[in-house]
Amino acid sequence: MIRTFLFSAIVASTTLSHADWLQFRGPGGSAVSTDAKVPGPDMKVAWQADLPGRGLASPIVVGDRVFVTCSSGPEQENLHVFCFNAADGSKRWERVMRATGRTMTQSKTSVAASTPCSDGKSVFALYSSNDLFAFDLDGNLQWLRGITYDYANASNSLGMASSLVLTGGTLIAQCENDSESIALGIDPANGVNRWKIERPKAANWTSAVVWKDTVALQSSKGLIGIDPMTGTVQWNYTDGAATIPSSAIGSDAIYIPSNGVTAVVPEDGSTTQLWRASGLKPGTGSPLVLNDALYVLNGAGVMIKASLANGDEAWKLRLSGPFSGSPVAAGKYLYIASERGAFQVVDTTAAEGEVVCTVELKETILCTPAISGGAVYVRSDGHLWKLQ
Amino acid sequence: MKTLRLFPLLWLPLAVHAATSPEIDAIHAVDREGKGNEAAAKAWASLAQSPGAELPALLAGMNGANPLAENWMRAAISVVADRAIAAKEMPVAALKTFLLDTKNSPDARVAAFDLIQRADPALAAEVTPSLIEDPSSDLRRHPVAKLIEKGNAAKEAGNEAAAIAAWQEGLQGARDEDQIKTLAKNLRAAKQEVDLPKHFGFLMNWQLIAPFTNADRKGFDTIFPPEEKVDLSATYPGKGAEAKWQAFTSTDDYGMIDFNKPFTMLKEVTGYAYTEFNSAEDRTAELRLGCKNGWKVWLNGELLFGRDEYHRGMKLDQYKLPIHLKKGKNSILIKCCQNEQTEQWTVEWQFQMRVCDATGTAILPAAE
Repeated sequence: MIRTFLFSAIVASTTLSHADWLQFRGPGGSAVSTDAKVPGPDMKVAWQADLPGRGLASPIVVGDRVFVTCSSGPEQENLHVFCFNAADGSKRWERVMRATGRTMTQSKTSVAASTPCSDGKSVFALYSSNDLFAFDLDGNLQWLRGITYDYANASNSLGMASSLVLTGGTLIAQCENDSESIALGIDPANGVNRWKIERPKAANWTSAVVWKDTVALQSSKGLIGIDPMTGTVQWNYTDGAATIPSSAIGSDAIYIPSNGVTAVVPEDGSTTQLWRASGLKPGTGSPLVLNDALYVLNGAGVMIKASLANGDEAWKLRLSGPFSGSPVAAGKYLYIASERGAFQVVDTTAAEGEVVCTVELKETILCTPAISGGAVYVRSDGHLWKLQ
Repeated sequence: MKTLRLFPLLWLPLAVHAATSPEIDAIHAVDREGKGNEAAAKAWASLAQSPGAELPALLAGMNGANPLAENWMRAAISVVADRAIAAKEMPVAALKTFLLDTKNSPDARVAAFDLIQRADPALAAEVTPSLIEDPSSDLRRHPVAKLIEKGNAAKEAGNEAAAIAAWQEGLQGARDEDQIKTLAKNLRAAKQEVDLPKHFGFLMNWQLIAPFTNADRKGFDTIFPPEEKVDLSATYPGKGAEAKWQAFTSTDDYGMIDFNKPFTMLKEVTGYAYTEFNSAEDRTAELRLGCKNGWKVWLNGELLFGRDEYHRGMKLDQYKLPIHLKKGKNSILIKCCQNEQTEQWTVEWQFQMRVCDATGTAILPAAE
């Protein structure tokens, strides 16, 4: 057992890098880059690559490769996984699979809404149809699942969007909806369930975040901490939460989109509420913790800097919205793209916050950016961009 | 490169109907909840090393496969095809033979067409017109798109008769809603009659009964009298009113059966719709349903499926229910539950249903 653990640790240390952006909102779902090489404020398009289908899934970055998904066809039934070279945007490989679950979505979203994730060796891609594929980094299929094929009422006619999280040796897939609402803990080696739990019967588009050795699943009921290996409940915050923006992770607390924002510390099987700021109302985008502050983008496109100690507002800055994606951060900067294609860089250290760079990408952008190697990646229905 | 060890069950020069090998058998064995994934992964790695010449055999490996196994095969075919295209070794003639043999599965033939289109677009264009009556609705899309273009060009050139002929031929072959809508609009603008309910096979004539309760959304699981016995002359105590059957005929192009029309815009209620379909023969078919309310469907007294989702959207063919029709009368009962929401977008209490084959071709009722 110890030998296995050591071997795993060695493999992990040789395949993962701080430069990697392996899932929705990066390391642990924090939305903050841990890469020493951070993007600067002056961003320009380094390259753009064509995409043949729709999607709002974020790109992820593993080493020198960028992965992104999209869906095409009259019913969005064709499910694409792309691998591009980060250096120049050239295509390394593409796989096109077929949806086995329902592909109906509300018109603004698409079947490629969930962001894929990686452990540095494999890429796991989930779609609104609840098809889940595991490829190695060279595009070799390792396993697949059709989660709606398995559980026939696990679908949402508006579309699913919760992104995958890989933590504690388990891949967590949330398939939460009004009918057969479930979350699965899946063995990333073979795609078989480690556990399956029932979730609140309500549509839910939030994504899990990692809190210490638990994975936190958000829903309209609140936020529940699960042991990723067994699916057993470790702690439970039950005061309700949003079903679109996800929680922010800090070093000492979780900041939940709940009755505004509620700061909670889960420990010893229970949760302690630190504060509640009802005026902080995240819009579609999820809040994040950067250095000593919480940043909340509200539904009016106003970025609010708030205290981690009590939720008090420090400044408000109106960005050029509207927004569907979430902000991400590196160094002292926030990065976000508006639905109208305005990619913006916010200097959080300016006295009242300041937009220090805007790049007009001139396409509808609904995704959350990814940060890696001093660059930022965003995508539309037609293109993937690298900015640096 | 590894040559596949394929053992055709029925290996004829012009018909690769099914093929098997230990690898393909392993992939065909995959099933729900990841069953068979590990063996399939080993088999996949072997199949992915196949030379391009084996592509027709790999496509034949999709025949008889469940949707999960089809995706395993699709990924292997993709890897082999990438290599074959790069080496200019795509067996396009054999792929064409595979494509044109309609005994092969529709999804395998779609994959074959896509490979031909990548390797030899001219050949794909050449075979496209022959696909207008294809068993695959995906393959039909290509010739229908060409006929839409042909009609549009004729209209642009002032030849309305030619435009109408092309659009009518396109409509005859079209099975996808977007293309049918385009063609119907063009033809109606040209003063041509289009019978969309007949084209789709919508069931237009029903008996409806309501209102039973759906308070606290419990109606979905409550067995009301129509689930035990359909008696069109019976009446029952309902929610605030007597529940009794009444005839309803849709006049909607898309066969909408709207409970709000006879029963008014009620909330927290349950209704039932009943009809009979006279089938000319024993056969497989599909019941295709669109509904944004909670629903259950029974065919000849057997529950097919149900879903307790409310007001998340509705579309044509939202749910495809495979069925077996018996020759003669087949009874169809639908339960349709309305919930408590009061927003403007939660008013609808309705469904649409059609009877068709797996291609989406309408199956019309036989004359009584």
